[in-house]
Amino acid sequence: MTAIEDDRAARPPRLALYRDPRARSIFAQALFVLLLLWLGWELVANARSNLAAKGIVSGFGFLNSSAGFDVSQALIPYGPTDSVRRLYLVGLLNTLLVAVLGIFFATILGFIIGVARLSGNWLVARLAGGYVELVRNLPLLFQLLFWYLAVLGTLPATRNSLSLFDAIFLNNRGIVLPRPIFGDGTGIVALAFGSGVLAVWAWRRGARALQMAAGKSIPVFWPALALLIGPPLVVMAATGFPVGFERPALQGFNFVGGWRVIPEFAALLIGLVVYTAAFIAETVRGGILAVARGQSEAAYALGLPRGKTVRLVVIPQALRVIVPPLTSHYLNLTKNSSLAVGIGYPDLFAVFAGTALNQSGAQAIEIIAITMATYLALSLATSALMNFYNARLRLVER
Amino acid sequence: MSDVATGAFVSPKLLPPLPSPGRLKRWRIIATWRDVVLTALSLYLIWTLGWPALKFLFLDAVWTGSSRADCLAETAGHPVGACWPFIAAKFPQFVYGFYPESERWRADLTFFLGGMLLLPLLIPRTPFKIANALLFFVAFPVVAYFLLIGGSFGLHYVETRSWGGLLVTLVVAVTGIVTSLPLGILLALARRSELPLLRTGAVIFIEFWRGVPLVAVLFFATFMLPLFLPPGWEIDAMLRVLVGISIFAAAYIAEVIRGGLQAVPRAQYEGAKALGLGYWGAMGLVVLPQALRVSIPGIVNIFIGLFKDTTLVLTVAIFDLLGQLRAAFADPNWSSPSTLFTGFAFAGLIYFVFCFGMSRYSLFLERRLHRDRD
Repeated sequence: MTAIEDDRAARPPRLALYRDPRARSIFAQALFVLLLLWLGWELVANARSNLAAKGIVSGFGFLNSSAGFDVSQALIPYGPTDSVRRLYLVGLLNTLLVAVLGIFFATILGFIIGVARLSGNWLVARLAGGYVELVRNLPLLFQLLFWYLAVLGTLPATRNSLSLFDAIFLNNRGIVLPRPIFGDGTGIVALAFGSGVLAVWAWRRGARALQMAAGKSIPVFWPALALLIGPPLVVMAATGFPVGFERPALQGFNFVGGWRVIPEFAALLIGLVVYTAAFIAETVRGGILAVARGQSEAAYALGLPRGKTVRLVVIPQALRVIVPPLTSHYLNLTKNSSLAVGIGYPDLFAVFAGTALNQSGAQAIEIIAITMATYLALSLATSALMNFYNARLRLVER
Repeated sequence: MSDVATGAFVSPKLLPPLPSPGRLKRWRIIATWRDVVLTALSLYLIWTLGWPALKFLFLDAVWTGSSRADCLAETAGHPVGACWPFIAAKFPQFVYGFYPESERWRADLTFFLGGMLLLPLLIPRTPFKIANALLFFVAFPVVAYFLLIGGSFGLHYVETRSWGGLLVTLVVAVTGIVTSLPLGILLALARRSELPLLRTGAVIFIEFWRGVPLVAVLFFATFMLPLFLPPGWEIDAMLRVLVGISIFAAAYIAEVIRGGLQAVPRAQYEGAKALGLGYWGAMGLVVLPQALRVSIPGIVNIFIGLFKDTTLVLTVAIFDLLGQLRAAFADPNWSSPSTLFTGFAFAGLIYFVFCFGMSRYSLFLERRLHRDRD
């Protein structure tokens, strides 16, 4: 006994330096850093001599030079003489547009399909399952090309456009939609809508407070709908309907008026939504299955009707399981939007890394670095946003 | 409610069981009005999508012919569905690309060798797993390289530019997984290392490659990589793409393996240490075998993703199966109204068979893993 205690009291045994864990750890890390530094130095030196050999001046000056080509879809005014910087902005906005719309529609479709897969109706469940299996097992680029070449590409010519209600037209040059027109007095309508939103918020707060205080629940959904639609409608009628739609009309070989959605955009959006929705559906299905059956049974036993059970008991718990993987599906959708380069939609990647790189040729390092940094920033921003949302949903534990 | 409250009555006899709902009721196809509506909608959907597809693929299809003329409605005398002679004519192109005709046996031999080595690897019960894995992951790539490229052992040199079709798809996918697996294991170990600098380095590396789209990685590999190499080094276009894909896949594999490492209880590592094993001994002999076993379904899933992502090499002008399909569409000898849909149906079938097979296999493994643990 005493010997052991003596040992403990004594200083740890002296190790040879190469056996000492701390020394080894410092040595290994120093080696790692040196290796990285050497590699970095080597790469930079190689790049410099390669660039010098090709007579390329590196730097970001090219951003101010004129881009020299036009883009088929721009959300901000843009022409071929504008700078590469503006071109970058056009591409970024196009990417954001398709990503935001894609996330929105893919979430809705994904939730519908996910719930349909759990339906008690055998046929509905099988149909949803077939959709998920088919879509998940085909490459996205394949699907994009299919939508672009085979579906949208074989639509009739402008003359013989397919039309829906005489307002929406489909042809091989794209989709023509009615465009909203905002006349005088739109501001008042918007104001009425805004006050409706505020009123809904107040109503919900009031309803919750009443529930907490008196245990009484008053309806929220229908009053909210009335508050959202009512005031703007009344104001619109009073100001003589300043908001209207401009119908596209065929004149000669082209449509006049309306909004023309280029087929590349439509194909990319449809492809991304269809593809991502299949993954979201699986996540939703898993999340709902993860809620123990006892939870909904207990809710029924407490006398909650089916709709309230789903809304108040099942969904809040399922969302905790669904949100983290949902984040990665959103990230994938954003990153996958770069496949636009395969069908020629002018997103950030296609106009900036694709066309601009071909045009200037020389600035490969700068262009690809900017592109990668942008996608990285988009990814980090999306995951930060979703982490914030997730933190709000998380189970509050002691 | 009041009965329970007063606690007065409990039924002395059991109620008779309700009659079985019957199959139609159990499937809930016509159980309630809601089900009837849903069923009708589903049937309508199947009718509008399924019947035209059936008609296109089989009933109205043209099965024999030698040019586009055979696939036109005027010649056939009826509305024309799929133009299968188009696929038959382009089949070698879809499989080998422009690999010289006299050398195609080399590609066939590679397919055969790979299949023969992969098959026993996938069946859990076959013996000699380690030898088999070594053969597939180490020996096979080397053999395949010399077989496909040639230029030695009396084989003609075939430049990678003439490779294409399914051959490229498989070469890219298999190379991606074979190289990214060891790289991913190292990255995962680094990310869980106790050395802070190494860990930070691994985190930055992994998160960077996971944060950028694969198309950007391919562009990076194609346009930037050559600039970073010592002057005078030439790097083949296909090799560049392979380097890019391997790094990209390694980052994803690393995360899967990290999950597997986390699933191994800490006591396993501590026990190994207590037995006197060092870091590499404990990891290599105790922790990693358990971690890898758990990660296999995840790795297969990454591989499915990688297989689908090989189509992106199209954007840097390497013609895999999808690229060859696009090229075949441009052939005026075969341009007919149904060529597009026929091509997509064929290529889609190939992709689907591969990916669906792999995903079923991954499910099978997962189930086996759970069963073994219970």
